[in-house]
Amino acid sequence: MNNAINKEIHSGVSGKLKKRSYFAEIWHRLVKSPVAVVCIVYLAVLLIGIIFADVIAPYDDKATDLSSRFQTPNAEHIMGTDDFGRDLFSRLLHGGRTSLIVAIIAVAIGIGAGMIIGAVCGYFSSLVDNILMRFMDVVMAIPGMLLAICVSVALGSGIVNTALAIAVGTIPMIARQLRSSTLLIRNQEYIDASLLFGASSVRIILHHVIPNTLAPIIVQSSLYIGGSIMAIAGLSFLGLGVQPPTPEWGNILNNGLDHIYDVATRWHVIVFPGMFIVVTMLAFNMLGDSLRDAMDPRMRK
Amino acid sequence: MHNNHIVEAKELCKYFKTPHGQLHAVDGLSFQIAEHTVLGVVGESGCGKSTLGRMLAGLHEVTSGSLYFEGQDVTNPSRKAKKSLYRRRQMIFQDPSSSLDPRQCVSDLIAEPMNVMKLYKGRRERDARVEELMDIVGLAKRYAFSYPHELDGGRRQRIGIARALACDPKFIVCDEPVSALDVSIQAQILNLLQDLQYEKGLTYMFITHDLSVVKHISDEILVMYLGCEMEHATSIELFEKPLHPYTKGLLSAIPIPSIHTNREEFIMSGEVASPINPNSGCRFASRCIFADEPCYSESPEVIEVLPRHFCACHFAREVNGM
Repeated sequence: MNNAINKEIHSGVSGKLKKRSYFAEIWHRLVKSPVAVVCIVYLAVLLIGIIFADVIAPYDDKATDLSSRFQTPNAEHIMGTDDFGRDLFSRLLHGGRTSLIVAIIAVAIGIGAGMIIGAVCGYFSSLVDNILMRFMDVVMAIPGMLLAICVSVALGSGIVNTALAIAVGTIPMIARQLRSSTLLIRNQEYIDASLLFGASSVRIILHHVIPNTLAPIIVQSSLYIGGSIMAIAGLSFLGLGVQPPTPEWGNILNNGLDHIYDVATRWHVIVFPGMFIVVTMLAFNMLGDSLRDAMDPRMRK
Repeated sequence: MHNNHIVEAKELCKYFKTPHGQLHAVDGLSFQIAEHTVLGVVGESGCGKSTLGRMLAGLHEVTSGSLYFEGQDVTNPSRKAKKSLYRRRQMIFQDPSSSLDPRQCVSDLIAEPMNVMKLYKGRRERDARVEELMDIVGLAKRYAFSYPHELDGGRRQRIGIARALACDPKFIVCDEPVSALDVSIQAQILNLLQDLQYEKGLTYMFITHDLSVVKHISDEILVMYLGCEMEHATSIELFEKPLHPYTKGLLSAIPIPSIHTNREEFIMSGEVASPINPNSGCRFASRCIFADEPCYSESPEVIEVLPRHFCACHFAREVNGM
């Protein structure tokens, strides 16, 4: 009798309860920080702007108008025009699309490859680990920008190639980080428990190792997106990344630099692209910092 | 070999290689565990209890000796043999906070063995089994979607027990299942384990350093010291008539909550010797008050001093006035 009532209560309660997501909890803590909210709002606005660039941009980003070269910001061209009379605001919106796509692809490649290498190295820690990690050390010894320049020269320009050039530098860093966290997790008893059920190494890596290392990787990835935007701009600035006339923040800035000898009337051609790069990178970095705080286990309740 | 012995170990050894030499974690243990009984394994930390348990569960490879499970040689099982072993022997771990993946909720944790072994085809069948298991171990259904860090130690250990039971094993190694818990919760978990043993006819190997716990749950007790067997007897016999000086020392270390007790005290002095490249003599010799010449040179054999009461001591009879 008593049991029946108990069961009823439990089933009634279980109906209402939902699986509480770990990420929902982090999001809840994240939005408590004003800095994070500002960053999220800025990035959301930027994202909407560049996704709907075709609709929002007042002019065609590649349409030249030589009669209106180097106009300072005014009512018609809110950020002025460049050396071909193209509307700078429209170009920056379209350029942001290229910059962000390349950055996201680069970070995705870097994290994907880095995670697999790191987890395999940490989990099997043997000869494979030694060989792969020494190779990673070699890659890490080369300065990131130099490496990106070399890969970019070897592969040629273009969105995917530029992304690859930047990703190569981030792979060893992610791999290293994942390897050390995998080493820690491998000694946890829940791995032994899984081995007792006969779980395969692939299953253990996918179900236990990677989910448990995800938090720091997510934080890192937001920092790397910021860094990648900078790197892409750097490559384009050197003429190696995305080629004009396709707009990209770096090559817009580079283009502006050629005409900066008359700063008083042409300041806008470098200030605006520079501003976009700096503010976006700053937003990603600060979001990464807030994410790290939000995921800190000491903040958990 | 008797048919009713679920586990039989013969001269079981496990050595680990260290930079300073061979670490003899388990050294020549022989014992049997009869079906539906509980073998308690006691000893100080570092005496090889956990290594023994992990070897029996199949987590460590056996260095030498042989291990039989239900009459089948499982010393170094083939891939195929392992598969059927996973379903027949399981383990309950010491610390539920590290033996449960912090990123899985209770129902996922309990369902994991079933998913890995593909025990149930349908999701509904599996979920029903998870609910059944939660009911068996006394976890309310409302915790199904909680995470381990949201639960207390006792409930976490219940998850560990439910997970070990998921594939209906016959033999479970309990590696200090209550030593990480509050004293008030220890009794609950012990009773649960005991009830499960009666109901399901399970066989346990119960590893612990807590003598009152082992007395409560075990049918037989194996006392270990530095990887070697010191004494092996039924639980009642061991507590009433300890033969080995080490067992006497252990028993007199149990605190009695009274100031008026008078009992024979066997206080051990000195420290545990190193298990790396141990001497050929009795492992306990350096701390034993009865130690004499043969103790330092010759390793004592395990002899049946009294019926079904084994002891590894050169002076087992003399020390006990027999």
